Amino acid sequence: MPGDVSALQLVLTGDPALLAIVRLSLIVSLSAVVLAALIGIPFGAALALIQFPGRQAVIVVLNALMGLPPVVVGLAVFLALSRAGPLGSWGLLFTPKAMIIAQTVLVAPIIAALTRQTIEDLWLEYRDELNAMNVGPVGRVATLIWDARFSLVTALLAGFGRAAAEVGAIIIVGGNIDGFTRTMTTAIALETSKGDLPLAVGLGMVLIAIVIAVNALAWTARRAGERMAG
Amino acid sequence: MRAPVSDLPIRFENVTVAAGAVTILDGISLTLNPGTPTILIGPNGSGKSTFLRTAMGLVRPSQGRVTWGGREDVPPTRRAIVLQRPAMLRRSAGGNIRYALRASGVGRTEQQSRIDELLALVGLGQLADRPARRLSGGEQQRLALARALARDPAILFLDEPTASLDPAATKAIEDVVHAVSQRGIKIVMATHDLGEARRLAGDIVMLHRGRVIETGPAAAFFNTPQTGEAKTFIAGELLV
Repeated sequence: MPGDVSALQLVLTGDPALLAIVRLSLIVSLSAVVLAALIGIPFGAALALIQFPGRQAVIVVLNALMGLPPVVVGLAVFLALSRAGPLGSWGLLFTPKAMIIAQTVLVAPIIAALTRQTIEDLWLEYRDELNAMNVGPVGRVATLIWDARFSLVTALLAGFGRAAAEVGAIIIVGGNIDGFTRTMTTAIALETSKGDLPLAVGLGMVLIAIVIAVNALAWTARRAGERMAG
Repeated sequence: MRAPVSDLPIRFENVTVAAGAVTILDGISLTLNPGTPTILIGPNGSGKSTFLRTAMGLVRPSQGRVTWGGREDVPPTRRAIVLQRPAMLRRSAGGNIRYALRASGVGRTEQQSRIDELLALVGLGQLADRPARRLSGGEQQRLALARALARDPAILFLDEPTASLDPAATKAIEDVVHAVSQRGIKIVMATHDLGEARRLAGDIVMLHRGRVIETGPAAAFFNTPQTGEAKTFIAGELLV
């Protein structure tokens, strides 16, 4: 990539290499958030509603996992997927799929912990009414998740913010291979160290713009939904 | 064909409810029979709410037992309650009623007509699409009442449904309660408003410090109270 064009030019002209990087970044982070939501929301809801010995300890650990260092997650997933590792036969190391797996591991605890808090608060409010209406366990979970849906969007956004911003995990398991596993964050790290600052700055601007746009979209949807459902 | 089983009479047998070291209900034995409304009176903290929640099955006795129609652990399919601070589901007013209808197994085709009917009964027909949590306090109480009636209960518990409401909103609630009672639904209602107790009661149960102080037909209770506590309370003096 030429080093003598300005960051703004790259963004405005829709440089194909840059677009490919943006596209892969979005695919990886959004896929990870979707997978993490499928794991984290049911887990968080179950943790909010089911009493068992050691529950408090699980909650403490889960809350701590929200701050998992991405490089440690990257290392763990790297070891699991490497040729000698337990999942080595899948042959996923240094592919976008490996990056999705790593970011899912990173984001699932965030979504689970925030879901647990949200659902537990709502359950305290709804408990007597739902018991009085003779609603069974499955109906309870469905009702609480549905009625908490706008708050859960915030949990998903927190997860997306984390995934879109991190570089440590995906650079280890993806390898930052040009045209294959290079994302905005790994490219910024690379171009900065190479000294191609215009491209790094351009990617940084795009990344921030995307994060703001996704949040604005979710905020608008949440406001509209709340006006409808209270 | 078997006769339909009923939750009535509800029998409290030496029921004690304790929360930690605090005794909220203290050895209550009492029977709630079908018929005219039973009004629960007593000062704040006398155990009225806990009595209603225990009779509903939301609270388990620490000692003693509660039976519904002679059976224990009867799920609340024919009982409904309007809690003191009803939780509004994050749905429209109509959506709250639809939820209750669905929970009691009313089919989809029947739901809309029942929603219209119930909202009209409590005077909220115009507000079906309004988010329930945006309704005023009085409207929320009326919605909670309609939502409870959606369960087609044989017995309806009400926990101070008119507390902190203005006279017009209070009358709206009392009118519905009266109409519901006329249809044969057993009303058990807590209030600390003696005027309301006189307007609605068939019989009175007076609680104080978690015990039943006095029971009896409303007229006898108000005209010739037997206990010092009842006399003090009816006279409008502070009962501590």
